[in-house]
Amino acid sequence: MVVSFKLNGIKREAIVEADTTLYKLLRELGCYSVKCGCETTNCGLCTVIVNNKSVLSCAVLALDVDGAEIETLEGLESEALEFGLCMADEGSEQCGFCNTGFIVNVVMMMRELDEIDRESVKKYLAGNLCRCTGYQGQLRALEKFIERKRGIKI
Amino acid sequence: MKYVNTSIRKKDAIQLVTGQPVYTEDIAPKNCLVVKLLKSPYANAIIKSIDTSIAEKVPGVVKIVTYKDVSQKRFTLAGQTYPEASPCDRLLLDKHLRYVGDNVAIVAGENEKAVLKALKLIKVEYEVLTPILDPKEAKDNEILIHPEESWFAQCPVGADNKRNLVASGCDEDGDVDRIMSECDVVIERTYKTKAVQQAMMETFRTYTEMDNYGRLKVVSSTQIPFHVRRIVANALGIEKSKVRVVKPRIGGGFGAKQSAISEIYPAIITYLTGRPAMIIFTREESQTISSPRHAMEVTVKIGADKDGRIRVCDMYALSNSGAYGEHGPTTVGLTGHKSMALYSKMEAFRFKYDVVYTNVMSAGAYRGYGATQGIFALESCIDELAEILKIDPIKLRFQNMTREGMLMPAYYGETANACALDRCLEKAKEMSNWDKYYPAKDMGNGKIRAMGAALAMQSSSISNIDIGGMTLKLGDGGFYNMIVGCTDMGTGCDTILAQMVADILDTEIDNISTFGVDTDVSPYDSGSYASSTTYLTGRAAIKCANLMREKIVEVGSGILEKEASECEFDGKFVFESENVENKVSLADIVTKAQSSPVGQLMVTVSEQSTVSPPPFMAGVVEIELDKETGVVEIINFSACVDCGTVINPNLARVQAEGGIVQGIGMALSEDVVYSKEGRDYSNSFMEYKIPSRLDMGEISVEFESSYEPTGPFGAKSIGEIVINTPSPAICNAIYNAVGVRIRELPATPVKIVEGILEKENM
Repeated sequence: MVVSFKLNGIKREAIVEADTTLYKLLRELGCYSVKCGCETTNCGLCTVIVNNKSVLSCAVLALDVDGAEIETLEGLESEALEFGLCMADEGSEQCGFCNTGFIVNVVMMMRELDEIDRESVKKYLAGNLCRCTGYQGQLRALEKFIERKRGIKI
Repeated sequence: MKYVNTSIRKKDAIQLVTGQPVYTEDIAPKNCLVVKLLKSPYANAIIKSIDTSIAEKVPGVVKIVTYKDVSQKRFTLAGQTYPEASPCDRLLLDKHLRYVGDNVAIVAGENEKAVLKALKLIKVEYEVLTPILDPKEAKDNEILIHPEESWFAQCPVGADNKRNLVASGCDEDGDVDRIMSECDVVIERTYKTKAVQQAMMETFRTYTEMDNYGRLKVVSSTQIPFHVRRIVANALGIEKSKVRVVKPRIGGGFGAKQSAISEIYPAIITYLTGRPAMIIFTREESQTISSPRHAMEVTVKIGADKDGRIRVCDMYALSNSGAYGEHGPTTVGLTGHKSMALYSKMEAFRFKYDVVYTNVMSAGAYRGYGATQGIFALESCIDELAEILKIDPIKLRFQNMTREGMLMPAYYGETANACALDRCLEKAKEMSNWDKYYPAKDMGNGKIRAMGAALAMQSSSISNIDIGGMTLKLGDGGFYNMIVGCTDMGTGCDTILAQMVADILDTEIDNISTFGVDTDVSPYDSGSYASSTTYLTGRAAIKCANLMREKIVEVGSGILEKEASECEFDGKFVFESENVENKVSLADIVTKAQSSPVGQLMVTVSEQSTVSPPPFMAGVVEIELDKETGVVEIINFSACVDCGTVINPNLARVQAEGGIVQGIGMALSEDVVYSKEGRDYSNSFMEYKIPSRLDMGEISVEFESSYEPTGPFGAKSIGEIVINTPSPAICNAIYNAVGVRIRELPATPVKIVEGILEKENM
């Protein structure tokens, strides 16, 4: 079956099987930033943006993105890099494997949340697991990033 | 010093935060065969017959391997310096299956669907045997997990396959029984820890291919490239010279990848077919056929005087190694030695242990490596003793703790040359709300705030065994290649080693290009485990960079027609000390050297240590416990670490925070549960709950540095110790809150409520 969609701003078409997940499709299309950590929608590593919503690409069928606009870290560029550098400055990228899904969700959080505080940030990002950092370093990166973007201390 | 003790960005940071393809799966050839495993449904069984003929006919299936096709010499998957202390008890595939999940066959095919179909079509007839699932029943049971004559142990660790023993022994110092009999108070308690999983985000994975020279190239997410080379050669029964191992970026390890869990399967497929092959463990496989912490039952007996003087400690550990013996003999040593040495004033100690085979998943290395289990037991028991003695538990610790300059009989007789444990405890207490809430305060809303504390120690490399290595090459224009064999798995060693080298060579951090790891290129390094890299490879870095300096001065002074002793090097120029205008640039030195018989300036150093200086740590937790539900919420965790000189404060802090949160998971939620038949129920992140960012409260970490005279720039280690304080500190806080002593992890709400009810009914 053929699906067509916009991936990081570029029109794409792909032939997929009925059970192909969006995760698998995106990696086949070269979006290697998209990772898989659990297969049970618990870890958040495979987070991508579909029609301006965060989704877990391991739990979305490729067929369902027909006509959709998909964004991965590869396409988020400066919007994501600014936060990515905040993480690098804290050393909180550690192994890096969960970073990409996490950063995508942070980008989406900034688009979605008008009002932001420490608790809402923690809740919004609760589905993004990390085994290296214990989250505190990520939180420091978020503090600095949010202060820079919104002028508030969380 | 320009870089040491500063928080520079990691060398690979930008690649990681921009999602570049740097991990094993990202760089694998597109035409890799998909490799998957058929697993045993029984905890103890013999394959009576196996028929792959139908499965082989599935379109796309390329190769099926069974026990009939593999080398019959046993080996171990443990990544340890040869000869490994772990017994040689594995075959690549075995007729005897020893736990639910043990591998029956390897299937490789062009695509996942074909392979999954073939797995279902392999016909296996099993002779089902009675398993041993309880480690207490294992020793001298008539059922033998490894009855085979081909089993062998390379080191005298008290292993005996005819008794289901992976190791056993006793270490002691002083007259334990006499001193115990003289003590005013003797306390004896037993504590249990579970086979918790490292749960790194990147599951086990490897791809293999034949390289340009027809050698087997293994690209793997591993902490131990050089050990993998040996293990793969052993498993396939081929020469080590035919194997090359490459480590790309790793998505976390925490010890899990200190065993060769995934490498041997694609390796045999590529070896037999000549085709590239890749195995990606699912999360379920990473949870069920992997290398978790050794579950232990630790009995602690402490003798003390009424005034709080701890005089003697007698410990027994029963460690469950599961179906195979990886890391069994070595983990258990830490349980006694790296816990009791926290209290070196005591007059005698004894540590007895049995490590047994059972029919569950084999254990392996996990951050803390046995010390975690011992420290949970001892640091819980210290609080129980403090209660009996009616002494404040922090005061009791101050009274008895190891201090700088003390001999540590329980720690292999080493001296604590660098120890800020006292300052760590003072600081951690001061950082916390100890004085406000200790022992507990009823918040009036059904919840109780309570405090708990614990101490910890670990080590820095394995003395007299492990090797750290570094090669430095000076390149055109004056840049350096820093080539290592240790494995950065997110820990940042590629960066902190460059920080050390940059300072010694007086150069910019960006002037050092890091490379690791390719066993054909990198100097030998045992790998990144046993908290060795900062300390041991760091020592190699210091030596290597100093030798490079000498070479640069030697060549530069020759160009200046002076003696080396008359010249200096400032990082950019070699110049005459008495006439600084007489100088030659580093770039010109390289040019001259590389167009003369001198050749390239290159240094390789291997370094070993005769000591393993322990880092120390204190952790203080503030919890809020709901009396109705038993739910424990972490409010704050305050920790202070003495890892010697902190090379990169950011990276050390993040290591500490990450280890503490892993420890919180181990304390409160992470559990491995088996069915009566030996099936592991904890096979996904649904069942096995690692902490999310809502489960950890706020973590505060400070450093109280000592200066380790044998360490690079005074550094010790940080990687492992940080997981050790949460379990005892949290269980101590739970006791302070409601008087319920949790002696078996995890401290779940059910156990806490049951404890509360039991107390009420007493």
